[in-house]
Amino acid sequence: MAEYKGVMVCGEISDGKLAASTLELLGGGRGLADNLGEELSLVLLGSGLGDLGKEAIAFGADKVYIVDDPLLKDYQTDAYVAVMEKVVKQVAPNILLLGTTSMGRDLAPRLAFRLDTAVSMDCVALDIDPDSKLLLQTRPVYGGNAKAVYVCEDTKPQMAAVRAKALDPLERDDARKGEVSAIEAGLDPSIIRTKVVDTVKEEVAGVKLEDADVVVTGGRGMGSTEAFQELEPLAKALGAAIGATRPPCDNGWVPASLQVGLTGKIVSPTLYIAVALSGSSQHIAGCSGAKNIIAINKDPEANIFKEARFGVVGDYKKVLPAFTAKVKELLG
Amino acid sequence: MPNMIVCVKQIADPEAPPGSFKVDEAAKRAMPAAGVSQVVSPFDEQAVEAALRIKDAHGGKITVLSLGKDFVMDVIKKPLSMGADELILLQDPAFESDDSHATAYALAMAIKKVGEYDLVFCGRQAADWDAGQVGSGIAELLGIPSITPAQKVELVDSKIKVERVVTDGYEVIEASPPLLITVSNELGEPRYPKLKGIMAAAKKEVPTWNAQDIGADPAKLGAAGARAKVLKLFIPVKEGKCEIIEGESLEEAAENLALKLRETRLI
Ligand SMILES: Cc1cc2nc3c(=O)[nH]c(=O)nc-3n(C[C@H](O)[C@H](O)[C@H](O)COP(=O)(O)OP(=O)(O)OC[C@H]3O[C@@H](n4cnc5c(N)ncnc54)[C@H](O)[C@@H]3O)c2cc1C
Ligand SMILES: Nc1ncnc2c1ncn2[C@@H]1O[C@H](COP(=O)(O)O)[C@@H](O)[C@H]1O
Repeated sequence: MAEYKGVMVCGEISDGKLAASTLELLGGGRGLADNLGEELSLVLLGSGLGDLGKEAIAFGADKVYIVDDPLLKDYQTDAYVAVMEKVVKQVAPNILLLGTTSMGRDLAPRLAFRLDTAVSMDCVALDIDPDSKLLLQTRPVYGGNAKAVYVCEDTKPQMAAVRAKALDPLERDDARKGEVSAIEAGLDPSIIRTKVVDTVKEEVAGVKLEDADVVVTGGRGMGSTEAFQELEPLAKALGAAIGATRPPCDNGWVPASLQVGLTGKIVSPTLYIAVALSGSSQHIAGCSGAKNIIAINKDPEANIFKEARFGVVGDYKKVLPAFTAKVKELLG
Repeated sequence: MPNMIVCVKQIADPEAPPGSFKVDEAAKRAMPAAGVSQVVSPFDEQAVEAALRIKDAHGGKITVLSLGKDFVMDVIKKPLSMGADELILLQDPAFESDDSHATAYALAMAIKKVGEYDLVFCGRQAADWDAGQVGSGIAELLGIPSITPAQKVELVDSKIKVERVVTDGYEVIEASPPLLITVSNELGEPRYPKLKGIMAAAKKEVPTWNAQDIGADPAKLGAAGARAKVLKLFIPVKEGKCEIIEGESLEEAAENLALKLRETRLI
């Protein structure tokens, strides 16, 4: 067996820059690489990648492999899996990290099966076992009710897809040194069996949910589209983004992009105001990183009160207007 | 008329109250909780619904595969009562494993035995271990393309048109069969079985296949076929100290909450 060495991050690009998830993986990957005394590398697939290699070095990478090819302009399963298979076989990393993003969710399992190794999806913590030196991969299971620690003992690379905000990026340091090299994609276009014919964006105006420092979230108990509009004055006063549990999205009261949770967005604001939602494990999975959860719910037994720091028990229709008015008054 | 296969898993109801959830830390398994019923994993019901919508529009045949043990017939037959044509259970002590590789291998071998297929549907993740891998794994083992996760699947002429859910929107992707698709909740509510469907499903014979029936290599099944190992399973401890803010009236409680947030410098 070839010797597998080093920690490799499979990067992503967003708006022409390294994606936030990639910077987090570089930060976390740096720690793992230092712990093992190995190198940290980044592999970047795309078209017209420019100076992104240098940026990756500033954020912690020792080596950057750039695979630049017009066929890699947008993510496509067959193309990306084939190229990543080639890169992994050439570089032989000990650990391969991806983000639990639209790309990583699709790419990681398919690549793991191609390489006949294991991957853990949606990891929230990564550690090196002091004895075996293997990667310990912690991930929520059972809808977030429990956590499991996985290890991949017999095959390489050890692969993990990591949840947003689970790892911290390093400060940018342009003095850091590293090496950028190119790898040929060598893609045969005929292996790409799917074709993206359209991309539809459903972006919501205002503060971005996943970046917001204050989030106001409504649940099924809101009851309608109109009720969600009642959250807007509060959100506006607090500079908050609006979120939702799954039922309001499934019912079409709000766009699907507002869903917070296990299969929605991951948020970690300072203040999370949860209105008329029960606090299911699958929802909490998306907001357990919030520093302060505030609950407004008419059921004193609702699970959200086990998660919250402060709460009011009562009908949101009575609580919300008075709360909003007082918040506005206090904030002048 | 497309031949379709849907993979569904029977699990304990994932929406049972979090307080009822317990794990056996030594066995690294969830403990069956009293009063928590078995269900078809929710995304898998949506996978059945996706196949049924194709069948409504174009006809075709839907075969449902489920690998597991302790099947509750009324539960696992739900896809049949919704309108699927066949159900095959994969049951053998040799299959027993929660590992994605071992599970995907057994399902892929069973799909090969079913034979002709144009579309294979899975859920985006099974709502017990939330692994999110078996669909892509099956596609890789069968050597067919995959699109994950989908909110809409249509057959247009001889092409499959899929809306793939991505952050803040979706992509429209086209492919030709055979193709594997995993299904997400954005697809919409699965249909309720009708009485006629329930009666027909109750009468339906359900074959069971074991490892030998599907020609599986024992070295790729169960613990031997596993690639990942669970070292530890635990329920994280929560502080759970919520301060309930009161008042003479609810309005006053609400105002007090705002004052409290101000006092603690949260606003
Ligand atoms: C695999 C899987 C993945 C999932 N992923 C997600 C996910 O990513 N995000 C997500 O949110 N869910 C997800 N779910 C669904 C999740 O299990 C719950 O069904 C959902 O979170 C419940 O939403 P809710 O709390 O708004 O509704 P409910 O549980 O119905 O709670 C409504 C609450 O509102 C309160 N209420 C009602 N009326 C009022 C009123 N007038 N005033 C005050 N309070 C009131 C009630 O007391 C109740 O507590 C997933 C489920 C599965 C199985
Ligand atoms: N034991 C099983 N039997 C049938 N289908 C399964 C089984 N396990 C997983 N699947 C399918 O694969 C999907 C993803 O599962 P997982 O990768 O385990 O989260 C599920 O939604 C099912 O469609």
